[in-house]
Amino acid sequence: MSEIVPPEVRPKPAVPAKPTGISSVHGSQGSGVGGQGAGGGSSLLGYIGIDTIIEQMRKKTMKTGFDFNIMVVGTSGLGKSTLVNTLFKSQVSRRSTGWSRDEKIPRTVEIKAVSHVIEEGGVKMKLTVIDTPGFGDQINNENCWDPISKYINEQYEKFLKEEVNIARKKRIPDTRVHCCLYFISPTGHSLRQLDTEFMKNLSRMVNIIPVIAKSDTLTVEEKIEFKQRVRKELEISGIEFYPQKEFDEDMEDKSDNDKIREAMPFAVVGSDKEYQVNGKRVLGRKTPWGVVEVENPIHCEFAQLRDFLIRSHLQDLKEVTHNIHYETYRAKRLNDNGGLHPISTAPSGDTQESNL
Amino acid sequence: MIERAESAVSGIAQRNLEGYVGFANLPNQVYRKSVKRGFEFTLMVVGESGLGKSTLINSLFLTDLYSKDYPGPSHRIKKTVQVEQSKVLIKEGGVQLTLTIVDTPGFGDAVDNSNCWQPVINYIDSKCEDFLNAESRVNRRLMPDNRVHCCLYFIAPSGHGLKPLDIEFMKRLHDKVNVIPLIAKADTLTPEECQFFKKQIMKEIQEHKIKIYEFPDTEDDEDNKLIRKIKDKMPLAVVGSNVVIEVNGRKVRGRQYPWGVAEVENGEHCDFTVLRNMLIRTHMQDLKDVTNNVHYENYRSKKLAAVTCNGIDATKAKGQLTKSPLAQMEEERREHVMKMKKMESEMEQVFEMKVKEKKQKLKDSEAELERRHEQMKKNLEAQYKELEEKRRQFEEEKSNWEAQQRLLEQQKLDASKTMEKNKKKGKIF
Repeated sequence: MSEIVPPEVRPKPAVPAKPTGISSVHGSQGSGVGGQGAGGGSSLLGYIGIDTIIEQMRKKTMKTGFDFNIMVVGTSGLGKSTLVNTLFKSQVSRRSTGWSRDEKIPRTVEIKAVSHVIEEGGVKMKLTVIDTPGFGDQINNENCWDPISKYINEQYEKFLKEEVNIARKKRIPDTRVHCCLYFISPTGHSLRQLDTEFMKNLSRMVNIIPVIAKSDTLTVEEKIEFKQRVRKELEISGIEFYPQKEFDEDMEDKSDNDKIREAMPFAVVGSDKEYQVNGKRVLGRKTPWGVVEVENPIHCEFAQLRDFLIRSHLQDLKEVTHNIHYETYRAKRLNDNGGLHPISTAPSGDTQESNL
Repeated sequence: MIERAESAVSGIAQRNLEGYVGFANLPNQVYRKSVKRGFEFTLMVVGESGLGKSTLINSLFLTDLYSKDYPGPSHRIKKTVQVEQSKVLIKEGGVQLTLTIVDTPGFGDAVDNSNCWQPVINYIDSKCEDFLNAESRVNRRLMPDNRVHCCLYFIAPSGHGLKPLDIEFMKRLHDKVNVIPLIAKADTLTPEECQFFKKQIMKEIQEHKIKIYEFPDTEDDEDNKLIRKIKDKMPLAVVGSNVVIEVNGRKVRGRQYPWGVAEVENGEHCDFTVLRNMLIRTHMQDLKDVTNNVHYENYRSKKLAAVTCNGIDATKAKGQLTKSPLAQMEEERREHVMKMKKMESEMEQVFEMKVKEKKQKLKDSEAELERRHEQMKKNLEAQYKELEEKRRQFEEEKSNWEAQQRLLEQQKLDASKTMEKNKKKGKIF
């Protein structure tokens, strides 16, 4: 039934995806119904039209649009704003609102959320970029992640309150943080203490995706070594970054995610300027010894990150946030409080539709 | 014929020579002496880990001071900042240089970096103190100069500006040592970003009144132009590497990327050559001079002023700093003597009091003793009387008893006599 799907919305993701017949809806739809063709069951005697549900879902999604909240964390000067701009190919970060470096570094970590609505192929997405200026910039950075974890919990709390309401809204606005991009400074040696502390504290609360910032500072060998060391340190510290091993649903997921986990953390370079290279216009950084192309997989892994984040795992990020991180928070709150009236039925896949 | 210089009172007259004397050879003599002695230079590198400090040192001096197996910070996660020094002796063209590199692993790496500059300050001060002590000794033959001549401060290439840690550190160290800020890993920045970053840094340095090392102006115009060019490029953006790569048939030191090779010694790529020339080829001696004349003197005057006016509060101290140390010492002595006198009188007072007390006590105890003595005597007499009484009684009894005994004896005698008589009589029977 692929004729129904307009081709331009489905560029092939760089990360190996599920077979095309079903992957055509993998990008931005609920994957809850994706595996229908593969399951065993009685054979059909004629065409009924069950698979048109995918199309119906698509239409619904296009009408309602969906939210995505991404948080960027890292010490200042690591290219966070530039990367987010590059990811969503538009000026969506702080920079666009005329922020300049003349402002002093804030004394405590501030949380600045900027929302934009971007549209592509008829699909509207309300993208919120949550920036954290002041993280790790002070001399004493003890507990500088406290404002961040407070913010994340506040969003969960807001959602919980809405859910527990007697007269619920049809579609609860979802401000929960779906994904946290953590920027690692490309020292070439290993993770800093601040990095491990932050990730330890927050990996149970939110999906953390570590990226190596400004990776044009590292040669190819240094990059490989650094990545290995970082991965080892993450393993030793017991930090589960997204995609978490424990949430792989089946073998296919596991093999896909294993490949991604092997390649993480992605070494990225961001840029919003275009240069001419070999007759093509590419996004890149021009240095006296060459042009670093952002979308060239040999130069950096930006394209991989983008495909992973947006083209294949966007919905999964939201799901994990809702089904796992939010549930953990909710369970803890209800256990601690005891005051909130008990909700006997856990939110099933149906209520998930309302969040789309 | 050489005209003798007049021993004029006003100024020194300048004379022209009419022949070759030969003191133009003086610089050569100095040169030969210095070459024999050898030179010392202490360079300190400060910065967060992973900024390429070790690589830069290796590149500057073309040696592998820090070998590849030098444990990276991941192996040396320490809680406090360490200060490590390594010495190396390098020779070039007959000139030998004892180079000491001071490293500060752990700087700025912890989560809480308050006072991470304290070990560095302590180290610099201790070296100055060593030199001060060596200078003040009687035997000053061997005076090794271990003072830190230059501190290279590595700034992370964020592209924005200085971090609070950078500002704090430089503020605290700019009057103790020559601080030269460098932008590390400069191949991260494009030329425009680099320019912007440099301007930003210089602005912040001026804002916070940080005194970084300034190149002295020379009289030569040509040199001045060069110096101005260097000043414009401050802080220098450097890239370090000892790996030789082939580019267009030439062999250069650089870093190989998929998009090109960043050459270390190419002036358009980074300011490494400027740094090297400045540090080693032209301004090494000046760095040492500034350390000796400015930073060391600051330290010395602070230290000695603290020693001479100990215990005196700051307001008085300011006025006394202008006195000569001898007058200072006289006054101190006088004060000391006065203090001693006061203490003495006090002690005497205390002594008197104590003596009085003791006397009183002694008297009391004497009286007490007397009393007791009296009492005992009385007791004794009473006992004696008693005893006498008893004795009399006893004597009486004795005499009685004796009398009785005599009587008994007499009776016995009588009895025995009559028995004898009886016996005799009996026998006659």
